[in-house]
Amino acid sequence: MSAMPTITYNFGYLDEQTKRMIRRAILKAIAIPGYQVPFASREMPMPYGWGTGGVQVTAAILGPDDILKVIDQGSDDTTNAVAIRSFFAATAGVRTTTRTKEATIIQTRHRVPETKLGPEQILVYQVPIPEPLRFLEPRETETRTLHALADYGLMHVKLYEDIARHGHIATTYAYPVMVAGRYVTDPSPIPKFDNPKLDDCPALQLFGAGREQRIYAIPPHTRVVSLDFEDHPFRVQRFDRPCALCGAEDVYLDEVILDDRGGRMFVCSDTDHCDQRRAAGHAGTMAPQGAPKGTSKP
Amino acid sequence: MASPPLAMGFADPARDAQRVFKALMSALARPGRKQRLAARLSPPPPLTPELAAVALTLLDFETAVWLDAPLAGAPAVSDFLRFHAAPRIIAAPHDADFALISDAARMPPFEVFAQGTPDYPDRATTLLVQVAKLATGALRLEGPGIAGRVGVSAAPLPDDFPARIAANAAGFPLGIDLFLIAPDAVVGLPRSVRLAEGN
Repeated sequence: MSAMPTITYNFGYLDEQTKRMIRRAILKAIAIPGYQVPFASREMPMPYGWGTGGVQVTAAILGPDDILKVIDQGSDDTTNAVAIRSFFAATAGVRTTTRTKEATIIQTRHRVPETKLGPEQILVYQVPIPEPLRFLEPRETETRTLHALADYGLMHVKLYEDIARHGHIATTYAYPVMVAGRYVTDPSPIPKFDNPKLDDCPALQLFGAGREQRIYAIPPHTRVVSLDFEDHPFRVQRFDRPCALCGAEDVYLDEVILDDRGGRMFVCSDTDHCDQRRAAGHAGTMAPQGAPKGTSKP
Repeated sequence: MASPPLAMGFADPARDAQRVFKALMSALARPGRKQRLAARLSPPPPLTPELAAVALTLLDFETAVWLDAPLAGAPAVSDFLRFHAAPRIIAAPHDADFALISDAARMPPFEVFAQGTPDYPDRATTLLVQVAKLATGALRLEGPGIAGRVGVSAAPLPDDFPARIAANAAGFPLGIDLFLIAPDAVVGLPRSVRLAEGN
């Protein structure tokens, strides 16, 4: 096989003009918390739906001193997370990590880390459908007007219909929030378990939707309220057992099927959180006996 | 007659622009808090190195920029911006994406700039304002990005600056966004910041 010519990319893959366009959108997004700023989303070397919005936001803010963590449903070692991490290691030469505390930029698909974020960190969400009203009103012209008028009656009707049908608000992910008292915003398909972490968060939160060409933001220490009713207040789900590996009780759990006879275990969705707890000596009911502490989950 | 040599742009465009943008983003995300801004440029006066660095970070052929009288009156400034960033330099402030202001004390009222529309509040002017000094101070602010309250002072500024900020906040989500750019530091004042009680 003949030697391929070496391809050199601009720092962080995107060209500088694209970064400027995305950066201008990010600044407007921060100035108008929760409002979706249109941007000229580019084709990326991965398909829409694989985090092209988050990748473009990360590429526009990333610097040589940043330490990048990428998670997919809380996990550092799924295909999407591994691919995006190695993409930026290759195109920007940045250091990467799986440890939440070490990271300066955390790109995430559908989870907020269990470890409390700090003021020097930035959380970048991959967003499939940025418009919280889209499934209630398909026309962009109409949803834009509804946001302009702050007319969110439709969303309350939807939540009310949940109550009428199920006796409780049955929306469990992508649960709509009111940002800074003005814009109803889709927190991306995180479990509603994570919604309280968005409120008064010390970290800047940026949201990128590549296919839908929208960027929005929640600045640090911003009021983020999950929509609810006085007689049906917002509640997060509780798990009736702790993590089987680390024994954590206040975290979001994944169900893992163990065999074809109904065997199952519930483990932390946030793999780094689980690793750190086990390294600190915590053990759940199904933690491997005598195994070295701090190894990855099976 | 030979024209004077053109001042240099960024030595390392990707990394220099990222550093400046990071400062701007942090400044806007944490209104009123000073962020370090280092610029190694020698632009033509009255453009300061810091404002020049911000301009090269944000401006390009897609943006319309308005210059205040001292900047517009210095052809070398327009030449510098056109060569390095190629923005459209326009005379009507209400069409501007960015306004470069070197004489902060005499900056025009905010209303002359684009405020955005109810459908597209992002289509508003961002004011990039040179100031000589930035410090923590008497102008008490609150709002998204601020834990509790923050105090800021800058000089020079128009006397009615607090009233302008209050009026700008009252129009939220419409309004202008503002950066105060001093030697070595920048403060962001997005339209979401409000005057705290007791100003």
